[in-house]
Amino acid sequence: MSTSTMKSVGQPLLEVRNLKKHYAVRNSLGKTTGYVRAINDISFTIYEGETYGLVGESGCGKSTTGRTLLRLVEPTSGEAQFNGNNIFDLNRKELRGIRKDLQMIFQDPHTSLDPKRKVGYSIEESLIINGVKSKEERKRLVTEMLVKLGFNENDYNRFPHEFSGGQRQRIGIARSLILNPKLIICDEPVSALDVSIQAQIINLLKDLQKQLTLSYLFISHDLSVVRHIADRIGVMYLGNLVEQGTTEEIFSNPLHPYTKGLLSAVPVINESSEREKIEITGEIPSPINPPSGCVFRTRCPFAFERCSQESPAEIHVGEHRSVKCHLYDHK
Amino acid sequence: MEKEKQPLLKINNLKTTFSTYKGELSAVDGVSLELNEGEILGIVGESGCGKSVTAESILQLLDENTTTYDGEIIFNGKNLLKSSNRELEEIRGNEISMIFQDPMSSLNPVITIGKQIAESVRIHQKLSKKESMKKAVELLRLTGIPSPEQRVKEYPHEISGGMRQRVMIAMALSCQPKLLIADEPTTALDVTIQEQILKLMLQFQKELNMGIVLITHDFGVVANYCTKVAVMYLGQVIEETDVKSLFSRPLHPYTVGLINSVPQLDGDRSKELATIKGVVPSLTQIPKGCRFAPRCPLATEKCLEEMPNLESAKENHQVRCWHYEKVLEGELQYVN
Repeated sequence: MSTSTMKSVGQPLLEVRNLKKHYAVRNSLGKTTGYVRAINDISFTIYEGETYGLVGESGCGKSTTGRTLLRLVEPTSGEAQFNGNNIFDLNRKELRGIRKDLQMIFQDPHTSLDPKRKVGYSIEESLIINGVKSKEERKRLVTEMLVKLGFNENDYNRFPHEFSGGQRQRIGIARSLILNPKLIICDEPVSALDVSIQAQIINLLKDLQKQLTLSYLFISHDLSVVRHIADRIGVMYLGNLVEQGTTEEIFSNPLHPYTKGLLSAVPVINESSEREKIEITGEIPSPINPPSGCVFRTRCPFAFERCSQESPAEIHVGEHRSVKCHLYDHK
Repeated sequence: MEKEKQPLLKINNLKTTFSTYKGELSAVDGVSLELNEGEILGIVGESGCGKSVTAESILQLLDENTTTYDGEIIFNGKNLLKSSNRELEEIRGNEISMIFQDPMSSLNPVITIGKQIAESVRIHQKLSKKESMKKAVELLRLTGIPSPEQRVKEYPHEISGGMRQRVMIAMALSCQPKLLIADEPTTALDVTIQEQILKLMLQFQKELNMGIVLITHDFGVVANYCTKVAVMYLGQVIEETDVKSLFSRPLHPYTVGLINSVPQLDGDRSKELATIKGVVPSLTQIPKGCRFAPRCPLATEKCLEEMPNLESAKENHQVRCWHYEKVLEGELQYVN
């Protein structure tokens, strides 16, 4: 497999191993009657300076994955090595230390900023929490950051409602960058924006990555957006990471039937007849009662007997390439 | 495209104005559109361009205390803007139906979906309770919902977003309307479900020979499902043509910029995405000349002073721009 188009990547920055998040379902008496398997044993690695895209439809667990990495949601089991620490073992104080390097950008720029605070303060707050004592120093850092992201200095004193959606998203980015993080978890950062603004934000994120050697975990449902920003991609379905590969590989040669179906469902402007069309029927099953065996089998046009009996293991088919599907298991 | 005797829907110089404490806001300013039976007209544009207001003006669904309409909306030879409330009642849901973006908020959460569909059937078709319930089951089956006899007893929260949108389609089509207005019907849905829902709409459209007005922000949807398209910006139609001409050669700099900025599934992905500078101005600060001039790469003095009209640039291709010839000559790069 060709990996020549990838950026020269550095050391592993974040290694997620066997991450699980199960929510208990309780009846009216408080007795646990089952589990929602929001994340079911996923493993992936993010290298320094790269963008790892996590794609999938609603309810596949992609946002939960991002949130567990910041411990905004407590994982059920697994580990996440970051900077030599397992994020999931840290206590509150240690977590605070690590969050300097691990920041997040949220989807909705209208609700992720405090409407009653000046935007400058919203950005400055992380500096206060992380012990930058001097007021002048903080103000200098914040104005520098604002200018860097295309605002002027006076915008420090304005309120969120005075900005458009795209500008607010840039403020969200400024806030996540102020502590010089190494990894930013971007949870659908452009989904709420119009296309012309979306393009501005994607270009900005790419520029910043080059300047500051940032890594991104880019969570999105929009395949064409992910294609433009990610170096490698993981495709999630019902809590499982069903396929991983470089962006090139995923788009030119998708392996998993779900990835193929997802790609062919995207309406494109120039429909070429060469595009392989695989129609996915039906709807996502409930994660409380996932299908036996392979979770995708109920919608898969290629499902055969084995798919309902055993759940497919992760099959490595290349350096950064893996797929969870019995079709590729030639044992 | 062969011309039929009389268009199903003809909008003439529609102006929809809201009175607010900030003054009069004209959300739709002089929109003219035409739709024949069996055609699917896509209205595209970014948020705030007036595409939804145009759709809602057709059925006059906006708050009557603060909204004034001007112009003509001729449906089947009748001007809807001159019709009485009672006449409109007759048309809404019977001859013209509408599907909204968010099916959860368009359905009543405390009534079973069967009852809700049956209600609309009963009102419009004067059937008994029992008959209308039967019809509801039948409609659900037609929209591809499995075991509809069970589903009619469920509440909206018990079914998925895609199913809810199918219920909305079942309701909208219960009276076999001549015109369906779909306002971002699949924006809240996942792509695999979006495909299913749009195909379902298309199937009914063919069966009933309906006209559809499809409001969307997604050029991919327009390219795959519409027959003609109008691009809106700040309350005006700035370009209108059939789908093929639009994507082979858009003529308005805004359309060119917008299509260029859509990330694609093929082509060079290492290149920067094209952007349009600045942001859409608010309705309180509408530019004096061409509304797109402050953001336009081709803008000249004239553009800032005088508003261009929607003119025929080619056969079946209208554009509102002083400089579309420059675009035709290839002065703006079009990546598609």
